[in-house]
Amino acid sequence: MINLTLDFEKPLVELEKRIEELRNFSREKEIDLSEEIATLEKKAEMLRREIFDNLTPWQRVQIARHPRRPTTLDYIGLIFDDFIELHGDRVFRDDGAIVGGIASLGGRPVTVVGTQKGRDTKENLARNFGMPHPEGYRKALRLMKQAEKFHRPVVSFVDVVGAYPGVEAEERGQGQIIARNIEQISRLATCIVVVITGEGGSGGALAIGVGDRLLMLENAYFSVISPEGCAAILWKDGSRAQEAADVLKLTAPDMKRLGIVDEVLPEPLGAAHKDREGMARIIKDALIRSIDELSGIPPRRLVERRYVRLRRIGEFMIREAAQEGFAEAASAGGDVLRATGPAGPKGEAKR
Amino acid sequence: MPPFKDLFKGKQKYVTVKPTSIQTEQPDGLWTKCTQCGQLTYTRELAHNLLVCHKCGFHFKLSAAQRLAITLDEGSFVEFDSNLVSADPIEFPGYAAKLEKTRQATGLEEAVVTGQGTIGGYPVMIGVMDFSFIGASMGSVVGEKVARLFERATRQHVPVVMFCASGGARMQEGVLSLMQMAKTSAACARLSEAGVLYVSVLTNPTTAGVLASFASLGDIIIAEPGALVGFTGQRVIEETIRQKLPPGFQSAEFVLEHGMIDMIVERRDMKKTLASLLALHERRHEAG
Repeated sequence: MINLTLDFEKPLVELEKRIEELRNFSREKEIDLSEEIATLEKKAEMLRREIFDNLTPWQRVQIARHPRRPTTLDYIGLIFDDFIELHGDRVFRDDGAIVGGIASLGGRPVTVVGTQKGRDTKENLARNFGMPHPEGYRKALRLMKQAEKFHRPVVSFVDVVGAYPGVEAEERGQGQIIARNIEQISRLATCIVVVITGEGGSGGALAIGVGDRLLMLENAYFSVISPEGCAAILWKDGSRAQEAADVLKLTAPDMKRLGIVDEVLPEPLGAAHKDREGMARIIKDALIRSIDELSGIPPRRLVERRYVRLRRIGEFMIREAAQEGFAEAASAGGDVLRATGPAGPKGEAKR
Repeated sequence: MPPFKDLFKGKQKYVTVKPTSIQTEQPDGLWTKCTQCGQLTYTRELAHNLLVCHKCGFHFKLSAAQRLAITLDEGSFVEFDSNLVSADPIEFPGYAAKLEKTRQATGLEEAVVTGQGTIGGYPVMIGVMDFSFIGASMGSVVGEKVARLFERATRQHVPVVMFCASGGARMQEGVLSLMQMAKTSAACARLSEAGVLYVSVLTNPTTAGVLASFASLGDIIIAEPGALVGFTGQRVIEETIRQKLPPGFQSAEFVLEHGMIDMIVERRDMKKTLASLLALHERRHEAG
C-alpha cells in the first residue's frame, strides 16, 4: 500500500484523527462536545500553518513526489476546455510518459504538452513512472512545432524525476534528443509558458522546460541532480538526501532568487493534492495572464528575448589580469606532450 | 549516483611506474602502463604516438594544452576569456576549496579553454574541455565561455571546432549549471541559423549534460575511438534495469552503430580530417 502521509504531517494527522473520534463519540452518545472539538480544530489549523509555513527543502521534495499530487492530465482536465490528445512521434512509438494535444484556454486555442506520471501502479507501469524515452521528447517537439505553424501559444507542464535511464533510451539517443529539443525550443517562433508542477529533474525536465515564462508551484523543485544522487557523490551515501536537498538550493523560492523562474504559484494549505480545483484555478489565472502579456510580442522579438533570457543565466567572476603562460604552452607544438605526459583521470562530476 | 571515478573502474586508471633498474639507465625515464591492455610503454614514445597505445590503440586522455598543441598550426592559438573564473553562487560545501585545489593541480583556470587559431591554414574558433578540471563539468564559466565562442563565430562567420569531454553539469553550481545546457544550445542554434560550420569532437568521456547540449549539436559529430559517449551513467542504468550492461555499451563504436555520430577518427588522423572538412566548407565568393 502506498503511504499517503508524509512523516512531517503525522502530528497533524493524529490530531485530525482525534477530532474525528471525538465527533463520532459525541454523535453516538448524544453528548455536546462542540466546545472541545472547536478548540482542537483551532489547534489543528495552527499546527497545519506551522508545518506548511516552515517546510524544509526535503519536505518540499517529498510533497512534489506525493503519489496524490495532481498530474499533467489532472491539470489539463481542470484548466482547459475541449482537450484533444494527440499521439506519437511519427518515427518510432507513442511514449505515454509525455502527453500533449490541443485545447482551449479561456477561449484561446493552445498547444499543451507535459510529462505524465501514473496515478496508480498500473498506470505508472504504462507511463514508465513518467520518465520519457527519446520518442516522448520527440513527440513534445513535434507538437510544439505544430503550435508554431498555427501560431498557438504553448503550455508545457513539467513533473519528471528525470529522462529514463535505460539501455533502449541510450540506443535511441537520449542525450541527442534532449540537446535537439532545447536547441529547437529556444528558437520556436511562438510563445511558451512552462509550469513546473512537481519534480523538475535535470535534463529530462529541461528538454521541455525552456520558455518565455517559467512558473513554478510553491512546493515543486528544480535541480541539476536528484538529492539522492547528490548525496551519493558528495558523501558516498544516498540516504543523506535530506542534507543534499538543503545544499542544492532547489526550491521554488530559491529559483526565484536565482532568477530562473518568473513567478512562484502559491499552493493551497496542505499542498496541491489537498485542493486540486483550487490549485488548478491559480495555475489557470497565471497562464492566462502570462499568455495575454506574451501574445502581443511579435515572434521574432519573442525569440530574441528568449535568447537574452537564457544568455544571462550564470554567475562567475572576471579576474583582472589574465593569467599568462597557458597560451604560450599551448602554442609550443608537440613539445607539450613530451613535457607533461598523459592527462590524469581525476575529478568527479554529476552524471 | 556513484562517484564519477567509479564508473570507469578498471578501465580508466593509469599507473606510472619507475622501476629502479630502468631508472638508472634512463634518468628521465617514466613508463606508462596502458589502461586498456596493460602494456608498458616508455612515456616519451607514447607521447610521440600522441598518447595512443602502440599495442591496442587505446586513446589516453589529453589535457587541453596537449590537444591544442596537436590540433592547431604551431603558434596560431590566441586564447579568449581566460579571465573568467568560477564563483560559488549557491555556497556549495567544499566547492571554493575544490576550485582552488584544482586550479593549483592542473594549472588551468577552468574546465574549458577557448580561443582561435588555424588548422591546416584554415581559421577556426576552438574549444577544448579538460577532464582533469572537476571532470570537465559545466558550470557558469564553461557555459559562458562556450556561448561566447559560438557568438564570436556567429559574428565573424568562422567555423567552430569543439573538443568535448565531460562528466556533465557541475553539481556544485546547482540549477545554474543545468541552465548552461540551455544557454549553450541556444547559442548553437544561432550559429546554425547563420550558416556557420560547427564540428563537435567527442572525446573520452562525453556524457550527461554536455552530451545533452552543445556536444550533440554539431553539423558533423566525430568521436575518438573507444570514447565513452552516453547520457546516463552506467551504474545508474544497471541499478535501474538490474542487469549488467553489455561490453562496448556507450562506446564511440556503439553510438556510431546507432546513428548518433558521423564517424570515428583516430587521433593521428584528426587534424587532417578537420582540415579537409574546413576546406570543403570554405566560403566561396563566386562572381555574378
